[in-house]
Amino acid sequence: MNPFKTLISRAIPLPVENIDTDQIIPARFLKATDKKGFGENLFRDWRYEKNGSPNDTFILNNSKYRGDILVAGDNFGCGSSREHAAWALVDYGFKVIISSFFADIFKGNALNNGLLPIQVSEGFLKSLLNHVENNPMSELTINLEEQTLKTAIGTIDFEIDPYKKLCMINGHDDIDFLISKKDKIEAFEANL
Amino acid sequence: MGKTLFDKVWDAHVVDVIENGPQVLYIDKHLIHEVTSPQAFNELRERHIPLFRPDKVVATADHNTPTINQHLPIKDALSRNQLQQLTENCKENNITLYGLGHKYNGIVHVMAPELGITQPGMTIVCGDSHTSTHGAFGSIAFGIGTSQVAQVFASQCLLLKKPKSLRVTVNGTLKNGVLSKDVILYIISKIGTNAGTGYFCEYAGDVFENMSMEGRMTVCNMSIEMGARGGMIAPDQMTIDYVSGREFAPKGKDLENKIAYWKTLPTDDDAVFDKEYHFDAADIAPMVTYGTNPGMGIKISGHIPNDDSDSFKKSLKYMGFSQGESLINKPINYVFIGSCTNSRIEDFRVVAEYIKGKQKAINVNALIVPGSQQVAQQIQEEGLSTIFENSGFELRQPGCSACLAMNDDKIPQGEYCVSTSNRNFEGRQGQGARTILASPLVAAATAIEGKIIDITKQLN
Repeated sequence: MNPFKTLISRAIPLPVENIDTDQIIPARFLKATDKKGFGENLFRDWRYEKNGSPNDTFILNNSKYRGDILVAGDNFGCGSSREHAAWALVDYGFKVIISSFFADIFKGNALNNGLLPIQVSEGFLKSLLNHVENNPMSELTINLEEQTLKTAIGTIDFEIDPYKKLCMINGHDDIDFLISKKDKIEAFEANL
Repeated sequence: MGKTLFDKVWDAHVVDVIENGPQVLYIDKHLIHEVTSPQAFNELRERHIPLFRPDKVVATADHNTPTINQHLPIKDALSRNQLQQLTENCKENNITLYGLGHKYNGIVHVMAPELGITQPGMTIVCGDSHTSTHGAFGSIAFGIGTSQVAQVFASQCLLLKKPKSLRVTVNGTLKNGVLSKDVILYIISKIGTNAGTGYFCEYAGDVFENMSMEGRMTVCNMSIEMGARGGMIAPDQMTIDYVSGREFAPKGKDLENKIAYWKTLPTDDDAVFDKEYHFDAADIAPMVTYGTNPGMGIKISGHIPNDDSDSFKKSLKYMGFSQGESLINKPINYVFIGSCTNSRIEDFRVVAEYIKGKQKAINVNALIVPGSQQVAQQIQEEGLSTIFENSGFELRQPGCSACLAMNDDKIPQGEYCVSTSNRNFEGRQGQGARTILASPLVAAATAIEGKIIDITKQLN
């Protein structure tokens, strides 16, 4: 996992609510046995027509919009626990997702892959979607250490679990930490 | 202050608490399948980390498996490779695998309870969001991502923040023809698809107390569809009777001790929940969904509500429905009865009883997919297979099948499918497929009539 401290980037607006993990990566693409390459099929059925040609009306196919930040509607990442959804977003190049609400499992999966979910108020999200849609060149600045999101329409603070924040900044994951607890785990097992 | 069922099970599994951070939670059972495990095995291999407790892991093949000719080599190369990797990974790490064709093979959330692997008071995880199913036994069971699969492989533990508590109470008597599936679809339609996010849910009240274990599993299964990581029902005599005597259940004195412990688990009278909902059983009717998330459900005799939001309109456009419309008399060409929500023997008994002596409508493809080899066996033994055959239903071999359309069991573009599964997301059952979630009874009636009918009129 790559360390994450700050990011300055343009953003892509996707004002759809309840984007589930089946939309992020449909089940038929889950047959791979490694983590690479899922970006190709990110939002597959919105991005491409049935015959495989790009759907020009979908935002990722609009050259006006580029960036490492996805701004999406409420309840992003609901549904299946497939971590392939986080892998697909990371593989495509996203580093940050901004929404007014994230589903639990997706949020954990994102953090475990260095993809930062930033939760903002519904009102701010609405303004931000509107701003980004009308100002595709506008840049957002994220400072994880300070937990701030700076935009042309205002700067806000965001929440993140302090432990997860440290993991993101250092690029560490939970496995090393858990293995370091082995003695305690074995002691716990002895009392089962 | 008293403790909730969830508190009691959680607290008994905390290995360590990190100041201002998550807790280290011990996991009793780790269930794995072919789709969300290969990257976790790779992770361990690349980092030279041994699998910590292989005897606490059980594997099955279910998500991408074909439902016909399971004795032949799998045609799809990617599926074949994924299953082969599962076999090799299990062998290399000494994990018990109930692979394709094994008498214990089946959908992970069907086979584990029926083998007695699932027990009250346990912590159970699986790389599948419908792991919430196992909460029907009073266990803490939830879906995890693949990074977490690797964490459990490496340490038999997970780093977690304790979720908040939510209780949904339903009291009263369910009306004729209202099944457990209708109860959970009703609850989600009332509280929405993210009401449970950040919470663990307990279902309480006499509706759940009087429900069979199969019914309880159907309810807990869909907890994730309202955003809750898991759902639980307090263990009682019904739970004890179900678990006792199963292949991997405790036996003899060990069982007696366990039962004594299980009886201490129900929520204390003075426990307080962070959020509570109450519903009246008399208000619940057979349900159908009309949109593209499981919260978009109505009583079968109801009408699609009016909502001017863009997401709502997008959803109805995908489904080809209009605001204010009724689904009664909508022609339906596909019916799917299966999935980890509704593929247990009780579900198929309901279907068989309804369709016995009737013929499916000529336009309908009716697919019946048992949840496990054991259920498939029981379908034969109870003579249900003959009823299905005589009525023109197609009985397949066990697996997840058309619930998520990873294998060949897909619903064609634009077609409606009345399905007993758990998700009506866009494209869930195949590209462009339109899913209408319902109970096995409503699905059976749809298959016979070739259209959605008001089942309540027929029953009363």
